[in-house]
Amino acid sequence: MKHMNSLDPKKKLDIEMILEGLENYHPTRKGWTWRTVPPEGVDMGPFHYYDMSEPLVNSIGLPASKYFDAIDPQPSCVVTTEIASGRFEDDLRRMRMAAWHGADHIMVIRTTGQSHIDGLLEGTPEGIGGVPITRKQIRASRKACDLIEEEVGRPINFHSYVSGVAGPEVAVLFAEEGINGAHQDPQYNVLYRNVNMYRSFVDAAEAKRLMNDAEIFQIDGAHNANATAKAGWLVMPELMVQHGINCAYSVAVGMKKDLIGLSTVPPNSPPAPKLWFDLPYAVALRDFFSDFKMRAQQNTRYIEADIEEAIRTHTIDTLISMLTSADIQSTITPDEGRNVPWHYNNIRGVQTVKQTWAALDGIKQLVTLNHQGPLGEMVRDIKERSVAFLEEVIETGGYFAAVEKGFFVDSAKYPERNGDGIARDGAGGVAADSIVERDSDYYAPVCSHFGENHFPAGVQNACDPIAGCTLCKPEKIVYIDELDPEDNCDKRLQETYPYRKGNLIRPEAEWAGDGMILTQFFVPLPEEMAGVYGVEMAKKLGLVDPQVINIMTMHPAEGCFVEVKGKVGFDIDVTTLKVPEKEVILPEDELREAVKKIGLRVVAGTVGEDEHSVGLREILDIKHGGIEKYGVKYHYLGTSVPLSKLVDAAIETGAQAILISTIISHNDIHRMQMKKLVEICKEKGIRYKLILIAGGTQVNREMAKETGLDATFGRGTKGIQVVNAMVKSLKMRGQI
Amino acid sequence: MTEDRIARFEKRQAELKQMSDAELKERFWLLCDQLVEPIVEMSKTHTSPSIERSVLLRMGIDSISAHGVVDRIYEAGLLGKGAGHVVLKLSQKSGKSVREAAAAILENKEVLQGVFDQRKGDK
Repeated sequence: MKHMNSLDPKKKLDIEMILEGLENYHPTRKGWTWRTVPPEGVDMGPFHYYDMSEPLVNSIGLPASKYFDAIDPQPSCVVTTEIASGRFEDDLRRMRMAAWHGADHIMVIRTTGQSHIDGLLEGTPEGIGGVPITRKQIRASRKACDLIEEEVGRPINFHSYVSGVAGPEVAVLFAEEGINGAHQDPQYNVLYRNVNMYRSFVDAAEAKRLMNDAEIFQIDGAHNANATAKAGWLVMPELMVQHGINCAYSVAVGMKKDLIGLSTVPPNSPPAPKLWFDLPYAVALRDFFSDFKMRAQQNTRYIEADIEEAIRTHTIDTLISMLTSADIQSTITPDEGRNVPWHYNNIRGVQTVKQTWAALDGIKQLVTLNHQGPLGEMVRDIKERSVAFLEEVIETGGYFAAVEKGFFVDSAKYPERNGDGIARDGAGGVAADSIVERDSDYYAPVCSHFGENHFPAGVQNACDPIAGCTLCKPEKIVYIDELDPEDNCDKRLQETYPYRKGNLIRPEAEWAGDGMILTQFFVPLPEEMAGVYGVEMAKKLGLVDPQVINIMTMHPAEGCFVEVKGKVGFDIDVTTLKVPEKEVILPEDELREAVKKIGLRVVAGTVGEDEHSVGLREILDIKHGGIEKYGVKYHYLGTSVPLSKLVDAAIETGAQAILISTIISHNDIHRMQMKKLVEICKEKGIRYKLILIAGGTQVNREMAKETGLDATFGRGTKGIQVVNAMVKSLKMRGQI
Repeated sequence: MTEDRIARFEKRQAELKQMSDAELKERFWLLCDQLVEPIVEMSKTHTSPSIERSVLLRMGIDSISAHGVVDRIYEAGLLGKGAGHVVLKLSQKSGKSVREAAAAILENKEVLQGVFDQRKGDK
């Protein structure tokens, strides 16, 4: 079904249109969607792929795709991108860009501290490190996803977090508003957010029930253990246990297994011999958790400020997914170690997966894991340790007792202990002592409710006495627009209006009109001075708030590679930008045919007192793809050739065109040479017979008009462009 | 203590080594299920302010009112009845809509008196 406001790939997403009528918006579908993967594989361009999903209708391929019929193969797994700018209205544009590069799982990070907020947030306040997750923000985002998925031709899963002390309420919100995936793991609350352990698990049961009924895909929180533990690669037995607890608990409260995913990260990173840790762990996990889905995350624990290093690690992470399995391949913005992720780095993260997946397509048909050797032994060892871990937890008195004793996130390899585990007190934590025993007449008159629920006599469905709950009757949902008259998206959109819908342009990395740019350079200074220099340099360039975000020593004395970010403090009005008219090149065959038909011949030389010859030779010679390649005959007169000599040579040889090269440009000598060529030809009465063309490093295409030549060319010109200009001029004059 | 633990681990590991891969996997899931069983029981028989607010949301009460209403009900010692149950009862008794009943609780918590035949110790 086409939407009324279908997106036009040539037009920007209209944020104001998205916000219109949100009070009446309801999601067009609910539940998680996997990609469509033809079992027979996918044929694209000259290739057959074994492990790809159906291609997109609209997308942007990898840069090299132009050599391969512009194909853009899409991995069989769902691909995630994480978005966290703090302003959801800007995130919507980022989602669209990411979707065009192949993301179909958009994970929106919450604003700092939202997990400790006792209740739902409303409106659209600005967030820090993420966005406040609210009904309005979700509706707007889901509505945008509806349009974006239609534009790219594949469903988009929209995802956020059901954790903290308002888990059940957030789960209701997500179920009502058609969120497709969510993190939910009570252990995350307990260990990393210090939410009271009893409260966390009681709330989780309700949240999981709600998620299950709304077909919301669940991802657990175990990956945080390798992001938190000092040596992430040693906590593998515990990770198995954490995954096991959340899976078993989810199933026990009624969640379908195919909605349950493990958030798993290859725990190690180079220069460590990564494969010796990450591969056995990946295999052990997939053996034990064969009934569940794998969401393969990339390593964040060891991300530094260097983008390329992060990308290389993520490439290997993706290799591990391919050697084992991944239902969802997550991506991490490679700049996470140096700043709040910039939107174009979301795309780079997605590209890392797309490029790796294409390169290694069908790898399991070519390579098999050798379980006989050390791999099998290591896999078995992890499994045994995880079972022993569970036995000790039970011996200790169960899960809560084990948490109190600091069993979890200890950075030693089980059973060793470093004593740095996260211990929580059952009587403590946020919202301690807040659970209440249900009375014998406890009743909740709504659907998707977990646990004891004593319906009054005669009631069949829980929500009959209220004539339907919001899950049955969405029109009952109460939509709150804004609570804060100042801190809301309307105010922010007014400020960014000139940059989104007006004529003013600034670069951006996080938000519309933020002006953020990155400078990269080498400076021959040692590290301690390189950064100071970088800030000074950026200030002199006029950048506002310059900050060094990466320094890499090339040599202790020779110098450093430095990256400095800063804001451009000025606007450029787009109407003042003069875009050169796009040159349309005729097909090569047509050019060759025209050249052959009239036996096109030219005379050429570098004019004036000018000894430069390289540029012109490249335009002429066949070996550089010059005009000779297209059948043009040329007569080259060399360098420092007087203009009159060229004109005479053209007359003598019967050439139809003169090509001059003019490099030296002081005192505008190049312009004078060009104009003089026209004058000489006019004086001799042969201007109408000849095509006059000039080129040079300081020449540009606009100079033809002012000098009276037929065409002028600057840096980087290829022979075909010159042939094209000659053929077009000849056709215009009716000479072909 | 630590040495004790390591010794016990070694003993466990020796036993686990006797198991096949399939038996080991079965044992893993048996232990996981055993571990979560009492927690599931606790969750069936308990509720929380957030769960009750989530019930009110599903009854079509806005998030801000839901917060205040659950606080009043908690203070009145009636959360064990279910906040939705309390609001529904009040609406039935007073002939008001569910939303009006919620608003009434926010306005004056005294309206909660006598909605149930109250005994102390509900918490």
